[in-house]
Amino acid sequence: MRNVLGVINLVNEQPILKELTHHRCLASVPFGGRYRMIDFTMSNLMNVSVSKVAVFTKDKYRSVMDHLGSGKEWDLDHRSQGLFILPPINPDRKIKGDLQQFYDHIEFFQRANADTVIIAPGHHICKIDFNEVIKQHESKGADITVLFKDFDGKPVNKPLYHKCLLNQSGEVIDIELYTSPGQGSHVCLETYVIKKQLLIELIKNCIENEEFDFLKDVVKANLGKLQVQGYKFEGHMPFIHSLETYHKSNMEFLNPEILRSYFYDSWEVFTKIKHEAPAKFSISSKVSNSLIANGCIIEGTVENSIIFRGVKVRKGAVVKNSILMQKSEVNEGATVENIITDKQVTITKGQTITAKNHPTVIKKTVVF
Amino acid sequence: MSSKKWVAMLLAGGQGSRLGELTSDLAKPAVPFGGKYRIIDLTLSNCTHSGIDTVGVLTQYQPHILNSYIGNGRPWDLDRNHGGVALLPPYKDKDGGEWYKGTANAVYQNFHFIDTYDPENVLVISGDHIYKMDYNKMLKNHVETGAQVTIAVIEVPWNEASRFGIMNTDDTDRIIEFDEKPEHPKSNLASMGVYLFNWKLLKKYLTEDANDSASTNDFGKDIIPKMLCKGVHLQGYRFTDYWKDVGTVESLWEAHMDLLEEPSVLELGDPDWQIYAGNANHPPQYISQEAEVVQSLINEGCLVFGKVEHSVLSYNVQVGFGSKIKDSVIMPNVKIGNNVTLEKVIVGSGSIIEDNAVICDENQGLTLIGENQRISPMYAEL
Repeated sequence: MRNVLGVINLVNEQPILKELTHHRCLASVPFGGRYRMIDFTMSNLMNVSVSKVAVFTKDKYRSVMDHLGSGKEWDLDHRSQGLFILPPINPDRKIKGDLQQFYDHIEFFQRANADTVIIAPGHHICKIDFNEVIKQHESKGADITVLFKDFDGKPVNKPLYHKCLLNQSGEVIDIELYTSPGQGSHVCLETYVIKKQLLIELIKNCIENEEFDFLKDVVKANLGKLQVQGYKFEGHMPFIHSLETYHKSNMEFLNPEILRSYFYDSWEVFTKIKHEAPAKFSISSKVSNSLIANGCIIEGTVENSIIFRGVKVRKGAVVKNSILMQKSEVNEGATVENIITDKQVTITKGQTITAKNHPTVIKKTVVF
Repeated sequence: MSSKKWVAMLLAGGQGSRLGELTSDLAKPAVPFGGKYRIIDLTLSNCTHSGIDTVGVLTQYQPHILNSYIGNGRPWDLDRNHGGVALLPPYKDKDGGEWYKGTANAVYQNFHFIDTYDPENVLVISGDHIYKMDYNKMLKNHVETGAQVTIAVIEVPWNEASRFGIMNTDDTDRIIEFDEKPEHPKSNLASMGVYLFNWKLLKKYLTEDANDSASTNDFGKDIIPKMLCKGVHLQGYRFTDYWKDVGTVESLWEAHMDLLEEPSVLELGDPDWQIYAGNANHPPQYISQEAEVVQSLINEGCLVFGKVEHSVLSYNVQVGFGSKIKDSVIMPNVKIGNNVTLEKVIVGSGSIIEDNAVICDENQGLTLIGENQRISPMYAEL
């Protein structure tokens, strides 16, 4: 069997989700009713039977550590292999780039009993079958495979994405860093497959030359020298770069077809276990087109919403087009529309909060 | 190794033949309950919350699913370095071996296991009752009253008392007489099948009982009467919360309906007394635009497009468009097609109810569909 090493790289994350990423890293932002964003990448790695996963964190990583724990839920609590959370080694030093951190933990790569490495960020919502990616990587004899997806979102104002330019045989010939993608642009998913030995060599070379960025200094700088192959991911994957796109991509999971494609028609998406009771619907509950997680008590009306574990919607309360995170509570007669409540938010009796154009976040533990 | 204050012996070997097709391939304690649990989860969670860290689970009938479900006990915090959960099937030693002949014999055959921990007391409980109980309070009562044996009792309606083992007590709740299913009960205090024994005393009685060829080796029928006869101090411990024996299909259905009471008579979601379960991983449930869900418990992994009223849906249940589910208990992985009507039905795990089937007893009786059945509308009409 192939021996694959998984690397989840949180070093390049940007706090694009405003209040939701003020106190937590992007990878641990809740998503889809009971998940954190990182669960999708973790589960995609499980699908390719990785024996070892390293999560390189930059900052605000308490929640991701708490969430991943021993890795048990992803079947990664092994005696010698398993899950490794690798934060910066020196709190006083400014992080120069992901390569610096890879280098600081180079022993992790050296010790790993693997020949192939998958590197991916922690916030992509998708089901990528890495078995297929590795198959192409090997059949093309590529040194590095770069995953991309053709952009299908609304125009982005901020230059947050990197574009791949490919030749006819699917090789990457150029990468435009930090651009705004247009429709159909090959957006680099910052997801790569590379041989372990080559990766170790490249990391060491770059650090010697004071180069610290994986995409720029390992991938882009070696275009033409190494065989860098593109892999087009054609499955569903929302481009999330703002609260609007975050809200919209959650809502996409209310489409039964998308829901089935993620959770019923392919490998499982694992997340941290909570011992919550089944959701309880009272005699007065009215729920339609919504995702409801366990531990919820629904006595009021819920429409077009994503309700996380342990949320209470009391009698006469109305929740529409909203995302209510874990243990939020909407009390009697309150109305919530187009709102994202972070964890443990309380909406008091009779209160009305609606946002017109843009979804609005109520910060963690706030009583509104 | 240090000795333990107490260990629990959980009787989980019964066939549960009165649960019919639900236990054809499954021990009774492993029957799904409450949408995400198995019956045994309530008792195991009671142990966890009562601070019992050593539980012997006595298995015999169809143990495979139960064995793999309990595993190393991790979901119940029973994966311990000293103690934890141990699955105890019948075994052979140099003198031979035999099946467990009765509840008392099952414990007797494992007295070496109990001796390993040198406990002062042994709690004997069964894996087929639905209740949340802090056994610590019972232990406290046991110590305070200076009892050698304490038996948990609950008041049952007088007209049902003859279905239970009835304890006749004095005004200090000391047990003076035990009547197994009496025709004319003198008391309505029923034994809950929860016994706390001084271990040294129990060992003596179990050994004597094992050598008594006339004995049925049962706690209720043999051990307790013998102890009463010898003047052992048996104390009744009154329990006043919800307790239900789910030994029959009817009572299993009733217990599920009890979960739907408002306000709740047995809260499964109490954050201070969570019921732990060997969790399967499932996506959140989807309630569609067309769906209607009232007074129901619905677990993760369900896709609901129809109407669900006063029912319990376990994980991975799908309810098609135009279907109506009422007063029913749907066990895991059941697929219900479109325009199906189910009223007062228990559907066993993995069954498929095809489009347009109508299952509804004319006399408002309960219908049981076993595990992995396929029900077509033709069949349902019969």
